[in-house]
Amino acid sequence: MTTTTERKLTTQKAIAEAIAQEMEADDSVFVMGEDVGVYGGIFGATEGLLDRFGPDRVMDTPISETGFIGAGIGAAINGMRPIVELMFVDFFGVCMDQIYNNMAKIHYFSGGNVKVPMVLTTACGGGYSDAGQHSQTLWGMFAHLPGMKVVVPSNPYDAKGLMISAIRDDNPVVYMFHKGVLGLGWMTPNPRAIGPVPEEPYTVPIGKAAVAREGSDVTVVTVGLTVHRALDAAETLADKGISAEVIDLRSLVPLDREAIVESVKKTHRLLVVDEDYRSFGMTGEVVATAVEGAFDYLDAPPLRVAVPDVPIPYSRPLEQFVLPDADKIVAGVETLMAG
Amino acid sequence: MDIPREDLIAMYATMVKIRYFEERIREIYLDDKLPAFDIAAGRIPGEMHLAAGQEPVAVGVMPHLRDGDAITATHRPHHIAIAQGVDLQKMAAEIFGKDTGLGHGKGGHMHLFSVQPEFGCSGIIAEGMPVAVGAALAFKKQGRENVALSFFGDGAANQGAFHESLNLAALWDLPVVFICEDNRYAISVPKEASTAIADNSDRAAAYGMPGVLVPENDPVAVYEVAKEAIARARSGGGPSLIEIETDRLWGHFEGDMDAYRSDEFKAAMAERDPMKTYPERLLTEGVLTPEEQERIVREAHAEVDEAIGFAESSPYPRPEDALLHVFA
Repeated sequence: MTTTTERKLTTQKAIAEAIAQEMEADDSVFVMGEDVGVYGGIFGATEGLLDRFGPDRVMDTPISETGFIGAGIGAAINGMRPIVELMFVDFFGVCMDQIYNNMAKIHYFSGGNVKVPMVLTTACGGGYSDAGQHSQTLWGMFAHLPGMKVVVPSNPYDAKGLMISAIRDDNPVVYMFHKGVLGLGWMTPNPRAIGPVPEEPYTVPIGKAAVAREGSDVTVVTVGLTVHRALDAAETLADKGISAEVIDLRSLVPLDREAIVESVKKTHRLLVVDEDYRSFGMTGEVVATAVEGAFDYLDAPPLRVAVPDVPIPYSRPLEQFVLPDADKIVAGVETLMAG
Repeated sequence: MDIPREDLIAMYATMVKIRYFEERIREIYLDDKLPAFDIAAGRIPGEMHLAAGQEPVAVGVMPHLRDGDAITATHRPHHIAIAQGVDLQKMAAEIFGKDTGLGHGKGGHMHLFSVQPEFGCSGIIAEGMPVAVGAALAFKKQGRENVALSFFGDGAANQGAFHESLNLAALWDLPVVFICEDNRYAISVPKEASTAIADNSDRAAAYGMPGVLVPENDPVAVYEVAKEAIARARSGGGPSLIEIETDRLWGHFEGDMDAYRSDEFKAAMAERDPMKTYPERLLTEGVLTPEEQERIVREAHAEVDEAIGFAESSPYPRPEDALLHVFA
């Protein structure tokens, strides 16, 4: 019987530790991307790796996303396990061909003969007035296109475990970290961005949702930073006598449909919260899953809180208006309970 | 010719195999489209981009390859795949959409993937170029004496991926050889209407790598230039760019009316068809005897006929197999 201290890390440091441990264990793992070396990643996901592993395994690239993401694919096909960083997910526009026509399709086109074990890490999310080319989440778009797993950790523990799972996965995994959950010193801190993280390597399964808070009156399904908004809302709702269950999807591909359906069967009400655009996205998919799997259990039509279909605006009041927050979630739940 | 005789003969034999393969595919493809052309009809549906005329590009490179080398090619991939030695039966079966194909019918003629030898291609212009860079990066990291070859057309040289790939390969000093198949047309648009400079090989200078123009569609000329570039890459000397002026004898795709190229241009291409000029040269110089030629043609045709027979007689995948292989 060993005793372990409850060591705490920020999400950002948990990601960097996961990568370091896998690099230690497996020579085929390497990192490349813009500013991942000397800088340690603009969001710190590769902090300390250059000093430890050197420039051959932690490669700063030119601003050349098509080139180096495509190169990640070629390296992955040839026995390497690259972790390739797309600095902001919003930059997908310059390199999406490599991502969805190549990375995501080669295994399928090859009839299962060619594997592409790479991790594409990318920062997403807004709330800090960076406007619509640096603030989107866009995970619904990646999840829409077949052939890539998509994971979105919300806390340090999951961030480390999902990163290790992603690196060991034989498929391309898009690892999307919301800037608001990282625990960066230069962004309004989210109190849950620092938390207990075991020192040893461990995995969190891709495709398994987590019950972030148990409840019995309503199910709130979400992912990323809005998990914390939903947890905050659940506190407020508890004071009002409403017991909200918060489901953190953690992965969008594969989607844990069973967790959604089981929770809805228990609570009979569903609110879906998403920092992605409302239409044709994650919220619609979760509602459809609940309707297909638990229609007879629903006591009210499901509701959605998501970014209305406008680009993320710059000015603080404009941006705060479109982003989901705890108040909007509370209001949504109260509407559901009244229905 | 300071080239081993067996290489000269092997190049010819492979050219014969390629041309006959393309002719058979064309014949089957078009036969099934009658009386009115319907792209979805017949044993080989979909788009079909054939490489008749471009054989020298493929066969001139082939003798310098080794086990473990990787190739990425284009939407017009058959000649490269055949020259590299991709399983002809599985390749034919893939083109016919059969379960015995390279990708169990999921990829088709523009998306042929082979593990051994390592071959991949794509329907998106210049898409394979960064992948070849990545393969070369892996070889370098692993200390393997392998090279990656990226084949692409003259149209691809105006894509961003071309420039990003050349820059990365040069920056990281990678064992990759970029081979531009310049057939002078990007579908209907001639090179002079799309490209600001006359020779894409000159673009190598922008990335500090050797760039060589092969101005003739000749396997021997390709052989010599490719030999040097591949040897340089294999020995740690970094990437090169080769541009080969070649001919696409037929339309961009089968069914293309090809009205954008003049009768004179087409006649000149037919006149210099390497399937005519190359064996003539081998016969004249005594490298090849008529008897050998007859045997080579017979054997190549038999191999192709067998591969197409295999494809025709193979079963289709089960419809529900469409759901397989999204993930490993």
